[in-house]
Amino acid sequence: MIGASLLGLPEAKRRAPNTSSLGRYLFVLAVVLIGALYATPNLFQPDPALQVKPEDPDRPLHPRLLDTVRNALEEAGIAVAAAEAKEGSVFLRLGREEDQLRGRELVMRAVSRLEDHYIVALTRLSTTPTWLQDLGAKPMSLGLDLSGGVHLLLQVDMDKFIGDRMRAMQETARDALVDARIRYVGRNWVDGTRVLIPFRDVAGRDQAAELLAAQFQGFELSNIDEGDQPALQFSMLEEHLRQMEDAAISQNLQSLRNRVNELGVSEPLVQRLGRERIVLDLPGIQDSAEAKRIINKFANLEFRLVAMPGDRSSLTEVYDYEGSPVTLLRKNIVTGDQVTSANQDYDPETSQPQVSIGLDSDGGRRMNEATRDNVGRSMAIIFIEQKPRARTRVVDGEEVVERYSEEERRLISVATIQSALGYNFRITGLELGEARDLALLLRAGALAAPMYIVEERTVGASLGEENIERGRLSVIVGFILVMLFMVFHYRGFGLAADLALTANLMLLMAVMSILGATLTLPGIAGIVLTVGMAVDANVLIFSRIREELKERPPQQAIQAGFDRAVLTILDANITTFFVAIILFSIGSGPVKGFAVTLAVGIVTSVFTAVMGTRSLVNLIYGGRKLEALRI
Amino acid sequence: MKLPIFDFMAKRKVAGVCSIALVLVSIASLTLNGLNFGLDFTGGTLVEVGFPEPVDPERVRSQLDEAGFLNGVVQHFGSDREVLVRMPPQATGDPAALGDRILSTIQAKVPDAAMRQSNFVGPVVGEELAESAGLAILTALAVVMLYILFRFTKQFSVGAVGALAHDVTLVLGLFSIFQWTFDLAVVAAVLAVVGYSLNDTIVVSDRIRENFRTVRRGTSIDIINKSLNQTLGRTLVTSMTTLLVLLALLLAGGEGIRGFAAALTIGVVIGTYSSIYIAANILVLMNISREDLLPPEKENAKESYP
Repeated sequence: MIGASLLGLPEAKRRAPNTSSLGRYLFVLAVVLIGALYATPNLFQPDPALQVKPEDPDRPLHPRLLDTVRNALEEAGIAVAAAEAKEGSVFLRLGREEDQLRGRELVMRAVSRLEDHYIVALTRLSTTPTWLQDLGAKPMSLGLDLSGGVHLLLQVDMDKFIGDRMRAMQETARDALVDARIRYVGRNWVDGTRVLIPFRDVAGRDQAAELLAAQFQGFELSNIDEGDQPALQFSMLEEHLRQMEDAAISQNLQSLRNRVNELGVSEPLVQRLGRERIVLDLPGIQDSAEAKRIINKFANLEFRLVAMPGDRSSLTEVYDYEGSPVTLLRKNIVTGDQVTSANQDYDPETSQPQVSIGLDSDGGRRMNEATRDNVGRSMAIIFIEQKPRARTRVVDGEEVVERYSEEERRLISVATIQSALGYNFRITGLELGEARDLALLLRAGALAAPMYIVEERTVGASLGEENIERGRLSVIVGFILVMLFMVFHYRGFGLAADLALTANLMLLMAVMSILGATLTLPGIAGIVLTVGMAVDANVLIFSRIREELKERPPQQAIQAGFDRAVLTILDANITTFFVAIILFSIGSGPVKGFAVTLAVGIVTSVFTAVMGTRSLVNLIYGGRKLEALRI
Repeated sequence: MKLPIFDFMAKRKVAGVCSIALVLVSIASLTLNGLNFGLDFTGGTLVEVGFPEPVDPERVRSQLDEAGFLNGVVQHFGSDREVLVRMPPQATGDPAALGDRILSTIQAKVPDAAMRQSNFVGPVVGEELAESAGLAILTALAVVMLYILFRFTKQFSVGAVGALAHDVTLVLGLFSIFQWTFDLAVVAAVLAVVGYSLNDTIVVSDRIRENFRTVRRGTSIDIINKSLNQTLGRTLVTSMTTLLVLLALLLAGGEGIRGFAAALTIGVVIGTYSSIYIAANILVLMNISREDLLPPEKENAKESYP
């Protein structure tokens, strides 16, 4: 940064005072023009639009889809500015904002008459001219506080997830020991991420160690003697625990994406945050209660055989079904994870709601194996739901509300196997709402681990629009006030500073747009503040020139004023830039949005003052003989 | 603009005593009253509801009381048609659904009431946000101290950080005395104050350093005085433009950004004062002298001008 003034010296000696090389003028001009180009898309308000896409993304669009939906809207008196089919979806630009919600209802009704299932989402379509879009220019995306929508932070209940997995492993181990006729002691062997199995004798333990080694991959095996009882201990390795957590989070993410898709959100953000959390941004969603219900529903199915009288009691458990006990085998035939398709429809005979289910190849094979030898026996379906609950506990004399999820298992159907089942079958005996949710959840995929909401920020559409309006007004008012003040205070130089300020605002918008940064209300506050503080660099230069004028002729004063002020400007802005970086890396939410604009604003204002104003002043005053300088 | 020459340093003892007194009052208030932490830090639920016509918050509150919600606060927000409901976590039910339950209770009476915003922050998240905010402020101060130590001398470093700590304490103190809501946006404002005040302090420090190197006559106090006067014009103009935009934010920015704009406005005024009196005062207290600033030969060569 010190080198900058050194480089200026030989050049200044060769040329007339305060002129720049053509290259420098061209460079500044080019940066400003490119900035203008990439800032322009922000001037185009996006159109409210509807997106219609098939539920199954691989299916082609129905040939009459475009006309059907357009006619449905136009018949209801909603103006459609443009309709086109591209990228496997139909997009409908609407003339007016207030038509969007009603339009969605109408379109949903219209597409329900077609054979395929479609999802209708609210969206916004860019009105940026295509030639600009081809250059990669796009407007800044709006944060949820401006666009309206739901932001959720979900905590994944890992303890519950790991606990369930450990118990499942315990059951499998027990089955293996029973089959191999190895004599063990007790039934509850799980303690956190460890399984401790006591045996009757050392021979049994050694035999079991060999037998179970394959099942407990990723565990550390050790022999422990509890009193005189030989025992085997499997402790999960940290690495394996991480792997399990990662797998659970990825499955939750996938399933969340599917669910969000079903809700009709056009540009959702679903992202892992830290070790056990997931962020979910749903722009445009108005009904947050409905969204939360669908998103956080943890439901799964288990298909099991009803036990026969001779089955060992350790392999069975008892459920309540319509008031009477039913004994089931503990082992699942298939679970909800193996479901590939699920649709809610109606039983043609009874007109009762039902869910038609298709299984994947492994699930279909297992279902077939289990049922073909058991025709005449009964099969049960268990519906599992995790419900978020809270309880109050006293910790250190303070009442704290604790979150946990409670598992609810319900036997929803016991039916006689009439014939060998395969890949497709149906579930009856559900209420309409249950059937619809179950179909949606099975289709979207089950959550691997239950989650609960730890943070929600929902902004209604009306407040979002107000925020945009207020933000825009603040920027304009602040901008005009500062411009007037500068011209009033510094005359001709003030005009140069105002031009630099305009270029600065434009560059700030351009850089934010190119970086793909999200604009939020605190971000706008950052822009307003940048407008106020950006002139500082110019003020530093001008007041320095004023001072130098007392001792030097005008051209020299301009030269010295710029050169001396640049070091101060760099020192002052580099430190502030550090503060902005810290804000960004540590802060969250509003702090982050503010930090981004602050940091970008610092860079652009140093550029416009040091390069831009300098070029302007050189262009106006450079190379001339100045007797006096009014500043 | 012609400014008279002020003898800033003559008043440095008075200013010092005032600042110390204000800092002590702020610390006392922060210890006794604490801050009125917003939802971001306390956790809980906040719902802003827009009504079709003016509404009495008392009536909304009694309606919520009847429905069994405990310890809620209801107040107007922005206009008399908007109402803000703040509710601590309740003993029963899913805490994340509390906002929906409040809204449907209100809508049972006034069906046209519309949700404008609904926020829920779990207690653990609140604590984390508070921690990260505190960490951000402390890290910012530490990094600034190191950078100035590297670019200037230890006296300037202590002076700048002293000025920043002074500003942060006074802004927090005012929020504590008037019990204004302290949320994440205010933290962002406090950090912006750090940035602004720092900018100011460095500009002044830069000039003091330059004058110590070039002006051969006068005591340290004379040189500091001269530097403060030389930078005064710029300090006032920049404070002026910044206050102008903050005025725009206060007037046009709406309720959501008021705390942020207020904190910054106060901070800019205090920050301007502190770069004159706190940073420079600390330099004098730490006996800054010409010898501390005489650059080594090499650096001298680099920074000489035509």
